[in-house]
Amino acid sequence: MRDFTKEILEVLEDDARATPNEIATLLGTSEEEVAREIERLEDSGVIRKYMTMINWDKVDDGYVYAMIELKVSLQRDKGYNAIAERIARFSEVQSVRLISGDHDISFTVRGKSMKDVAFFVTDKVSTLKGVESTCTHFVLKSYKEHGVILYDKTRPKRLVVTA
Amino acid sequence: MTAEMIEATESKMTRENKTRHMADLTQRSPESYVASIVKDLPPSGIRKFFDIVVGMKDVISLGVGEPDFATPWHIREACIYSLECGNTSYTSNKGLIELREMLSESIKKDLDISYDPEDDILITTGVSEAVDLAFRAVLNPGDEVIVPQPCYVAYVPDVVLAGGVPKVVTTKLLDQFKLRAEDVEAALTKKTKVLLLSYPNNPTGAIMTQEDLEEIADVVVENDLLIISDEVYDKLTYEGKHASIAQLEGMKDRTILLNGFSKSCAMTGWRIGYATGDPSLVGAMTKVHQYTMLCAPVMAQMAAIEALKRGDAEMMEMKREYNRRRHLFVSELERIGLPCFEPKGAFYAFPSIEGTGLSSEEFAERLLTEQKVAAVPGSVFGEGGEGFLRCSYATSREEIMEAVERIEQFLIGQGL
Repeated sequence: MRDFTKEILEVLEDDARATPNEIATLLGTSEEEVAREIERLEDSGVIRKYMTMINWDKVDDGYVYAMIELKVSLQRDKGYNAIAERIARFSEVQSVRLISGDHDISFTVRGKSMKDVAFFVTDKVSTLKGVESTCTHFVLKSYKEHGVILYDKTRPKRLVVTA
Repeated sequence: MTAEMIEATESKMTRENKTRHMADLTQRSPESYVASIVKDLPPSGIRKFFDIVVGMKDVISLGVGEPDFATPWHIREACIYSLECGNTSYTSNKGLIELREMLSESIKKDLDISYDPEDDILITTGVSEAVDLAFRAVLNPGDEVIVPQPCYVAYVPDVVLAGGVPKVVTTKLLDQFKLRAEDVEAALTKKTKVLLLSYPNNPTGAIMTQEDLEEIADVVVENDLLIISDEVYDKLTYEGKHASIAQLEGMKDRTILLNGFSKSCAMTGWRIGYATGDPSLVGAMTKVHQYTMLCAPVMAQMAAIEALKRGDAEMMEMKREYNRRRHLFVSELERIGLPCFEPKGAFYAFPSIEGTGLSSEEFAERLLTEQKVAAVPGSVFGEGGEGFLRCSYATSREEIMEAVERIEQFLIGQGL
């Protein structure tokens, strides 16, 4: 990957609202060149979506999150993809990953209440063909998401003027 | 002696001391004890700004010569762990051999120069100590040191304190603040012993390319000079690769190379740096070091080892962010009509404020009191600095934008 591409992605990963014009200033290049590259990255699927990171815990009507690990028995010819894709189709499911270790698949669920999430798992996931066992971990508090620290930090003081 | 006798003797001594001290007080003020070499040092040009800033709120600072990043967590964590393990003792005078070995490797990789970790490397308490040691180790009374200005504020006082005589050479905007060989030649006398280099440069952001340095090296060799080169901003070179004069043919033996972790790894407060060079020179510096500092703090040395082992990724990340800010800041200064040489290294912009008709000190003082933006007048950095303002872009992009807006308001207020 070219440095130029990487730079654009880094800026956008940090701030989805950065305009091609702003990015061009930061990189010391032209707006057209940046716009063209962004379009290419969008078309090729490198950039999938522009999102906003929200701390739902600060909103009254927040969500409950759970991480669920699955052991599955493999289906002939289909591997893990069939079951992983099936789980991914549920709108409650936020992420689905194939993992190494004790379990095979890990996914996160967002619901309105613990009951919501628990029933989703028992009704929709545990009953799927090939699922051998599930292990549900409810999230109690989130400290860092997507590289962003969510707890309040005090900034150490610097001197205002130094040589 | 009995307890009573001791007490009696002590009380007699106290009485005598008292009388002597009282006599002294009537004759000398405490101030009169200050050595004249220290008394005659000019006060720091930024002192004044501290005094104004005290009690001010919402000041945006472009005045800071250090990163706004905290030291990467893995480095801090390694230091904490090392403390937990009880690593709290002195180290050898030269510093931990593990650190010197790693430095030797890292310099070999970056500059392709081989320094023997045993004899050619000294770990110091920041580059500041290394600068002081280098001058003290090589200067005899009256020896002259060529100091290109504008430059970091400590070099001239350090030369003076070491008994040397600073000979200032001015670098100019016209030359992109590079040092020119003919200016060095013009400053030579029979007493010239050392040429100081500090590139990438604080406050101008100038760098010297290999070709620039080759011209300087010719003069150095012809006149048998020694180079003391402070390259603490080497990792923050934005255009091309950093070049060190020690890399040039035959120059390694003539160069004391100084560097540290402050700027590249955001470790200013740790006070950790190093000097490399010919064993006789580094050995001489070590002598002074062992009788003064003894060794660099072991905690900082442990942290530096971690920085060398695993610090590259975050260092590059910080550098890329500085580079974005550099582009942003320079283009914004241009937009509001302050002409600025495009800095190639370090994290300073050095715009010209000559067009405002204000001296750099007036400009900086009024900018601070009227718009609450702190920056450092160029005059603080010596000859050639007047007419410029040093603005550090080691601060967040939001703050940079806000500062530029305020500077713009200030210029409008001046009718400019």
